[in-house]
Amino acid sequence: MKKNGFRSFVAGLTVVSVALLGACSNGDAQEEATPGATEATTEPTGGETTEGEGTEGEGAGDWGDFSGETLNVVAAWSGAEQANFEEVLAGFEEATGATVNYESFGDNGPTFIQGRLEGGNPPNVAIVGQPALMQQLATNGDILPLSEDVLATVNENYSQSWLDLGTVDGEVYGVWFKAANKSTMWYNNDIWSEAGADPAAAAEWEGFLEQLGLIRDAGYAGISIGADVGWPLTDWFENVYLRTAGPEMYDQLTNHEIPWTDPSVQEALEVLAQLWGTDLVQEGGGQRTFSESVTEVFGSAPAAGTVYEGDFVAGNIADDGNSTVGENALFFDFPSINGSAPAVVGGGDVAIQFTDDEATSAFMKYLASPDSASIWVPNGGLTSPNNGVDTSLYPDDISRQIAEALTGAEAFRFDMSDLTPSAFGGTQGQGFWQEMITFYENPSDIQGTMERLEAAAVSAYQ
Amino acid sequence: MADTVATATPARTGNKPRSSQSGRKWLIIASFLLPALVVLGALVVYPIVFTAIRSLYDRSGDEFVGWQNYVTMFTNDTTFTAIKNNVLWVLVAPAACTILGLIFAVLLEKLRWKAAFRLIIFMPMAISMLAAGVIFRSMFQENPQLGTVNAALVAVDSVFSDAANYPGANPRPDVGIAAEGGIIASESEVAAGEQQNFPLVAIRQDDVPESAVQAAPAPDVGEDALSGTVWLDVVPGGGGTNGEISEGKRGLPGIRVDAVAADGSIAGSATTEDDGTYVIEGLDPGQPYRVALPASNFGEGFQGVSWLSSTFINAVVILSYIWIWAGFAMVMIASGLSAMDRSLQEAARMDGANEWRVFTRITAPLLAPVLLVVFVTLIINVLKIFDLVYVIPPGTSKPAANVIAVEMWTQSFGGGNDYGLGSALAILLLILVLPSMILNIRRFREERRS
Repeated sequence: MKKNGFRSFVAGLTVVSVALLGACSNGDAQEEATPGATEATTEPTGGETTEGEGTEGEGAGDWGDFSGETLNVVAAWSGAEQANFEEVLAGFEEATGATVNYESFGDNGPTFIQGRLEGGNPPNVAIVGQPALMQQLATNGDILPLSEDVLATVNENYSQSWLDLGTVDGEVYGVWFKAANKSTMWYNNDIWSEAGADPAAAAEWEGFLEQLGLIRDAGYAGISIGADVGWPLTDWFENVYLRTAGPEMYDQLTNHEIPWTDPSVQEALEVLAQLWGTDLVQEGGGQRTFSESVTEVFGSAPAAGTVYEGDFVAGNIADDGNSTVGENALFFDFPSINGSAPAVVGGGDVAIQFTDDEATSAFMKYLASPDSASIWVPNGGLTSPNNGVDTSLYPDDISRQIAEALTGAEAFRFDMSDLTPSAFGGTQGQGFWQEMITFYENPSDIQGTMERLEAAAVSAYQ
Repeated sequence: MADTVATATPARTGNKPRSSQSGRKWLIIASFLLPALVVLGALVVYPIVFTAIRSLYDRSGDEFVGWQNYVTMFTNDTTFTAIKNNVLWVLVAPAACTILGLIFAVLLEKLRWKAAFRLIIFMPMAISMLAAGVIFRSMFQENPQLGTVNAALVAVDSVFSDAANYPGANPRPDVGIAAEGGIIASESEVAAGEQQNFPLVAIRQDDVPESAVQAAPAPDVGEDALSGTVWLDVVPGGGGTNGEISEGKRGLPGIRVDAVAADGSIAGSATTEDDGTYVIEGLDPGQPYRVALPASNFGEGFQGVSWLSSTFINAVVILSYIWIWAGFAMVMIASGLSAMDRSLQEAARMDGANEWRVFTRITAPLLAPVLLVVFVTLIINVLKIFDLVYVIPPGTSKPAANVIAVEMWTQSFGGGNDYGLGSALAILLLILVLPSMILNIRRFREERRS
């Protein structure tokens, strides 16, 4: 009753809001009228959004007026990330009059959300880092597919890869708010220029190996790999596989629809073997942790020229303190193999909607629009997968380059080891991790590696 | 007490009151025992029974698989390695700890500052296993810059061997020189009077001596000499043609160059100048020689032992365990020693027995009960070893160091999500611990009886 009264009150206020409500509600009576209404309103709203960029909080008309309503939003972010995200939330509060409460669940996303669901007290919106969790919640019917209005905003701002990643059983559930790029090759520019190596020539796998050879000739190791745990190695494999086999095969391998003994896996391992086990790689990788491998390249006495991992390496370099990101610590995209199109392996955080009301839908739409991310981006620490975000907003060249690689990629795929059963893709000393370590130690044993990977996958995917 | 009360009750009492009395007796017994039984049942019996049942089901717990998990345990490579390693642990660690503890205890008896020494040896017990693991892991790192043990070994080695000028240098490929066993030599033979150049790579610009100057072509020499240039074939910042002397490439001074005759003897040698040139004189005109840069120029020296590799990893982890638990054994045995009646030893000494005989014939046999307690306690402790094995091995040697407890954790909680196999491993551990438990209980009983 109260809701209805509120609805009519809002409807009297602005035309946009009326349409928004129509689009968001799932009422039977309104359903027929909805498509037309959505089409009519999406365009003007979209137009306003682009014009209004930068002048945030210009009018409540953008998102609707939800004065007096309270939204609960949960995500993993704490500390500086939380402060930045709360600024984003404040932008929504200012525009709509709603109150948005934020709660951080730290590392316990799945447990926290399950607990809230069982307690009958789910948040309105959660932002989670595990696509599998989104899938599980969607299958259980705990979260709602995006309303048509939100979906239109998503369609407008995101590339197909991100839509696919947010889709469960043909319906789009998720809005990807934050992304991570795990296809970045970090290099120490002091060493590269001393050796006369050219990052531009490393855009392609053979050229990349040649440049590493120049660095080896100059007395440094071409690349440092920390193979103490398996995850950096699985990321290597995923990047190579996405390039040699293509995104479709990548999906099939992720779901174990093709076996690990497939010729495409062999091809990827052969490409890796062109580098691993050669004198281009710094010796002793099997006992080097990942952070030590970063120190070997960017520490006080660098011994290697290059290190591969995701965008978070910038943080490792800053922690080490001997090199400066953007000055001598630079990166280029993971090289293309056999002319493959730009592809990025990565991760991200997806917003999912638990409750069916206008304010929540408006908030989801806000997250899907460039306006929300544009508040956080200039503060640093956020790479937005949203194409609508102006890349000039990024605080420095490195973060801009990371974001451009991400939005410019023709294929974006989620980190495979995060999508496979944890017995296979996330267990120390077993499965994908351990077999990649074994392969790193003995890159000539391609056949045996494939067979052991397949055996591990068969038992884990049961 | 209840027993005595019951037997003291006059036997003449009638049937009815007697039964009610015994009923009350049982009620009292039950009410006293109940709390302990409930706690024991909930925390010990129930988990054991449940684990045993769970071990007969599959990964998800939906399907009954009989003995399948136990079969997997002994056929699967990873789990079987874990079982083998546990056997190794049980054979080595308790015995080593007990023997070391005994030695420390007996020797420290005679020392003046024994309390201080005991404290030092016992100290590792005060460190958590996890921290001890981290300490050992960093001590045994392969890189001598990081690992204490290898740093010491390398330091000792460097006292006895001279450092090479250009460690790790390689020949530029495809220019007629090759590296073999650390020696860089010409691929074909060179006649006296000709030249042999050595373009080298993999030397840092910083490592070239200050005195080095732009490489120069070697001078022409007579029939009885050989000449050439040894240079760093890398232009700082790139450029130049590989294998050719060009602007910016510096000569490598101080490299010894040998002319090796056909019979393998060294016919002459020279050392390179600041511009990298060398001239070997006094050769037979027209004779062919192989020109070689001996390994002493490039040897990287001793780089330490890869302690944490699969070969040594078990030794390192067991050593860390001994480091911790030898102190425990020592304290237990020392307390046994101090409680011992010394008159027998004195008597033996009076009779002319030497110290070794006193120790083997009197002290050790008298200590046997304490030694057994220490040994059995350590066996139980070693069977469930987890922390050290979890922390010390790096990724590459984790499978080689695996033990049952770690495997059980990995299978069930560490990501394996296979509670069936995990439970089966837990039951195996329980069965392995049982004999030592029974032994201990028996000993306690005997002690009470005597």
